Amino acid sequence: MTGTGSIGRKLTLLLAGVAALLSLLSWAMVNGLAKQAAERTQDNVLAASATTIAETLRSEQGEVRLELPYSAFSMLGAIGEDRVFYRVTAGEQMLTGYEDLPLPSDPPSQGQVVFDTAQFSGEAIRMASVSRVIFAGVQAVPVTVTMAQTRNGVSAITSDLSQLAAFLSVMFFLVAVAMSAFAAQTSLKPLNEIAAAVARRGPSDLRPLRREAPTELAPLMTSLNRLMDRLGQSIRRSEDFIAEAAHRVRTPLATVRAQAEVALRTTDDDAEKQRLRRIIRAVDESSRSAGQLLDHATVAYRAEDLSRHPTDLADIARKTVDGLEPTAAMKDIYIKLDTAPATVSGDAVLLENAFRNVLDNAIKYSPEDTTVTVRVFVENGYARAAVVDEGPGLGDGPAENLTERFRRGRNTEGIVGSGLGLTIASDVLRAHGGHLDLGQPTKGKGACVTLVLPSS
Amino acid sequence: MRYLLVEDNLELAEAVVNRLVLDGHAVDHADCLASAEDCLAAARYDLILLDVMLPDGDGREFLERSRAHLETPVIVLTARAQVSDRVGALDQGADDYITKPFDFSELEARCRAVLRRRGGSAKNQITLGEAIFDPLAGTISHNGSTVDLRNREIRLLEVFARNPGHILSKTQLMDRLFSYDAEVTENAIEVYVGRLRRRIEGMGLRIETVRGLGYRMETGQS
Repeated sequence: MTGTGSIGRKLTLLLAGVAALLSLLSWAMVNGLAKQAAERTQDNVLAASATTIAETLRSEQGEVRLELPYSAFSMLGAIGEDRVFYRVTAGEQMLTGYEDLPLPSDPPSQGQVVFDTAQFSGEAIRMASVSRVIFAGVQAVPVTVTMAQTRNGVSAITSDLSQLAAFLSVMFFLVAVAMSAFAAQTSLKPLNEIAAAVARRGPSDLRPLRREAPTELAPLMTSLNRLMDRLGQSIRRSEDFIAEAAHRVRTPLATVRAQAEVALRTTDDDAEKQRLRRIIRAVDESSRSAGQLLDHATVAYRAEDLSRHPTDLADIARKTVDGLEPTAAMKDIYIKLDTAPATVSGDAVLLENAFRNVLDNAIKYSPEDTTVTVRVFVENGYARAAVVDEGPGLGDGPAENLTERFRRGRNTEGIVGSGLGLTIASDVLRAHGGHLDLGQPTKGKGACVTLVLPSS
Repeated sequence: MRYLLVEDNLELAEAVVNRLVLDGHAVDHADCLASAEDCLAAARYDLILLDVMLPDGDGREFLERSRAHLETPVIVLTARAQVSDRVGALDQGADDYITKPFDFSELEARCRAVLRRRGGSAKNQITLGEAIFDPLAGTISHNGSTVDLRNREIRLLEVFARNPGHILSKTQLMDRLFSYDAEVTENAIEVYVGRLRRRIEGMGLRIETVRGLGYRMETGQS
C-alpha cells in the first residue's frame, strides 16, 4: 500500500531527533563544566602554592631571604605529570627561578592573585602571580612570586571527562531511541488492533466494531461503523429488491405458463399445440435462468464467508431426494438411495443447493423408466455423494468444461437448462475445499457426478 | 379431493382451478388471507395451496400462525426461488413448496406425494367393479391380492376410473400422462395401456381399444 509514510516511523524519528539534540547539548555542557572545574582546581593550587612561597619570604639584615617550602611544590605534584616553573623577584632583582618565565600581564597588587596563560618552552602554561611588600631595613621591597605549570594534566582530565560524557550521551541517545520506538508502537497499537479486527472479518460481516479505543480514534471508529451500517442497509435493500424483482417477474410468467397449459389441453389443433409448447418452453427457460442466476449470486456471496457446521451429507441427500421424488416420478424414474453417515464441516444450505443441482441434472437427462442411484459414503478421508444416471452421459469433451459458466454439454438438445447448475455445484464444493468429480459409471452408460468433500 | 387455493393473481388462480377441476377435484379459491380464514372456518380441505405474497400479509406468517390448529397439509407456491427461501418455507411448516412458474404435472405430482405422506389415502379409494384402486398409494387390490402400479400407470388408470365407459382419445391421455415438452408419440400411449392391461389382468377390468377413436375401460359390472 502506498501512503504518506508510517506514523510510527515519523514519531520514532522525531523523538530520536530530540534525543540526539539533548545528548549533544548535555555532552557539550558536561565538557565545558569539566574543563572549567579542572582549570579552577589548577588555578587554586597554583595560587595556594604561590601564596605559600610568598609567605615564607622574610627580611634578614636588610635583604629579602627565601626558603622554598617543599609543600608548595608537593601540592602542585597532585595534578598529573606536569612540569612546574617558578620565579621570585624582589623589585627589579631576580631572586630565584626561571628568569625567562613570562611576566604577569598585570603587576599584582598586595594580596591579589593574577592568573595568566602563556607559552613557555614550547608548552602551554598557566601562571599564578602574587605580590607582597617586604621591609628590608628601611626599604619597602615589592616581591612578586610567580608559579607556573604546564596544562597536560588539565587537558587529560578534561578529555577523560569528555569521553565519559560522550559515552553517557551515546547511551542516553540509544536508550531514548529504543524508548521512542516502543512509545510509537504502543500508541499506535489500538489503531493496528482496529485494522486487524476489520481485516479478520468476512465480507458479509457488517456488525459495528465494538472495542475499547482511545479518544483520538473514536471519530475513526464512528465513521467506520456508520459506513458499515450504510453498506449493510444497501445490501439488505438490494437483497429485498432482488426478491421483489423475482416475484414481479415470476408471477406473470406463472400466469402465462398456466394459461398456456390450459390452452394446450383444450385445443385439438396440432399447429396451435406446437406453438403453445414453444411458449411454455420459453417461460421455463427464462424462469430457470433467473432462478439459477439468483442461486449463483447467493452461492458466490455465501461462499466467500462460509459458516461451517457439522453436516451429514447423507441427511442432505435424503432430504433432497424426498423433495425431487415427485419430479422423478413424473418420468417414472426411480431414485435409489444408498447412504452411510458422512459428516463434513460446511454450510448446509449451500451443500444442499449443490446436491440439488446435480440430482436435478441427473433426473432431467435421464430417460423415462430408468433408475438414478445416489450413494453417500466415506473413502480415504473424503466424504462422497455420487449421483449415477442412465442418461446419455457427459459427452466426449473435457468434463471440466461443463462446470464453466453457461456452458452446456453437447447432448442437451431439447432439454431446458441454463448451464449454471454444475457451475454452482462446483463453486460450492471449491469453497468447502472439495471438488466436483465428473465421470462415467463403472458399468453401463450414463453419467456419474460425485461431490467430493474433506470428511470431518 | 377438496383443495383450497390461496392466490391473489386471478388469471393464475383461474388456470390452476381450471386444471384441478379437470382432474376431478373440488377447488375453492381465496384471493387473500382473510378470505382464506373464512373458507377454512366453513369447510374441511384435503390440501391447501398457499401463495406467499398476498395483499393482506405474508403467506408464510399465516402458515406459522395457523400451523398449530391446522391439520391440513400445505404446499407453498412461491416466486421467491432462492435457496434460503426454499429452506425457510419448509421450516415454517409447509409440507412442500413449488416455485412459480410451475408445471401442472409437477404440481399434481407434489400434491399426490404430500397427500400420500400425510396418509390421506383411505378415503380416496375408488371402487372399480370388484377391484379397489388407491391412487395415492398407487395400488390396486382384488380378492386380497394387491398390485403396485408405477406413476404413469396410476395416472392412466385414474383417468379411466374417473371416466368409466367413456372413450378417451390418445391425445387426451397423452396430455394427462406426459409433461408438455416430452417428445412422445402416440405409440407411447399404446405401450402404457399395454402395461396397465397386464397389471390389472384377472381383476375383472377391461381396457378396450376403440379403433380410430381411443380407449375405453369397462368395469365388468354390466
